Amino acid sequence: MAVNRFPVEATHILMFARSIGDPNPIYADAEYAAGTEVGSVIAPPTFVQASAQFDDEYPLRPVIGKEWFGSGKEATGITKKSGGGGGGGNGGTLHAEQHYEYHRPLRAGEVLTTTVLPTRTWEKEGRRGGKLLFSETTIEYRTLDGELVVTARGVGVRTEKVVEQK
Amino acid sequence: MSLKASDIKVGDSREVVIVEDLKRTQIVMYAGASGDYNPLHTDEKFTKEIAGYPTVFAHGMLSMGMTGRVITDWVGDGRITKFGVRFTKQVFPGDTLTTTATVEAIRDEGGAKFADFKVTTRNQDGDDVVAGYASARLD
Repeated sequence: MAVNRFPVEATHILMFARSIGDPNPIYADAEYAAGTEVGSVIAPPTFVQASAQFDDEYPLRPVIGKEWFGSGKEATGITKKSGGGGGGGNGGTLHAEQHYEYHRPLRAGEVLTTTVLPTRTWEKEGRRGGKLLFSETTIEYRTLDGELVVTARGVGVRTEKVVEQK
Repeated sequence: MSLKASDIKVGDSREVVIVEDLKRTQIVMYAGASGDYNPLHTDEKFTKEIAGYPTVFAHGMLSMGMTGRVITDWVGDGRITKFGVRFTKQVFPGDTLTTTATVEAIRDEGGAKFADFKVTTRNQDGDDVVAGYASARLD
C-alpha cells in the first residue's frame, strides 16, 4: 500500500479531472494557472487516490502472467481450487468512508512519497445479517523533503454477503 | 478568485447536478485515471455472475471526486483544507446525482478565516449516496 515515489504529473491530473467531469482549467491549462492565485496547475482534492498507479503491489490492477479475477472467457479468471472459494461468494471489500486533510495545494511536477500508519480494524453485525469487518488506514503524502501535503484516512468494509439492492 | 468571508454566511447553500445519466464509459475513465481496475466497476459479466450485483457500479471515489467540484468551484482553487465523506449507497450507471453544499460555520483559526460546509450528494430517488463535510480557507 505504501508508494515510494508518486510523481504528480500534469497529464495524469488532466486525465483524472476529465474522469470526474471537472472542466476547471486549473487542472489542465498551465498558462491559465500561471495567472491565478495558486500560480500553477494543481491536483483536484481527491487526486492522491491515483497514487495506486505507483503502488507496485496494488491488488486491483491486472499483472501480466498472473491470474486476474475479472472476466475473460469465463466470468472470472481465478481458477477454482478444490475446497477454495474460487473468487466468488462474498461481497468483497467496499469503500465506506474517505477523509482528507489538505495542508497546502498539491502541484503538478511535485513528487510525493507515502507513509502508511498502522491500520485499525473492528467488527459490526450487519443489519441484514452477516458480519461487517471494518478497517481504517491513514496515509500521509509527503514531499521527498518530508513536507506533509495531504493526509488521507480511508475506511473499508468487508461484507460476508453481497450488499442487497432494494 | 477566492471567496471572502464577507461573501458568504451560515445557511448559504448551493445545489448542483454533478452528473446526469452516469455512463459506464465515465466509470471506465475513472478506473483508468485512478488506477482502480476492480472489475466490479467495469466488468458486467464478473459483477453479475460472480459478485452477484445487478450491474457494475461507480467507484465511491468517483462520486466523491464529482462532489468535490461543488466545493472547489465555490471556494476557489487551492482553498480547500478538509474534505471527508461516507459512502452511503451505491451509484449505478444511469444515475443522476445532485450535490447540496451548505455553509454550517464561519470561524477564525490562527488569524485566518475558514468556512465549514455540510456536503450531501443524492441520486434521482432522493437517496443520499455521499454524505460528508468540507472546510476551506477564506480571504
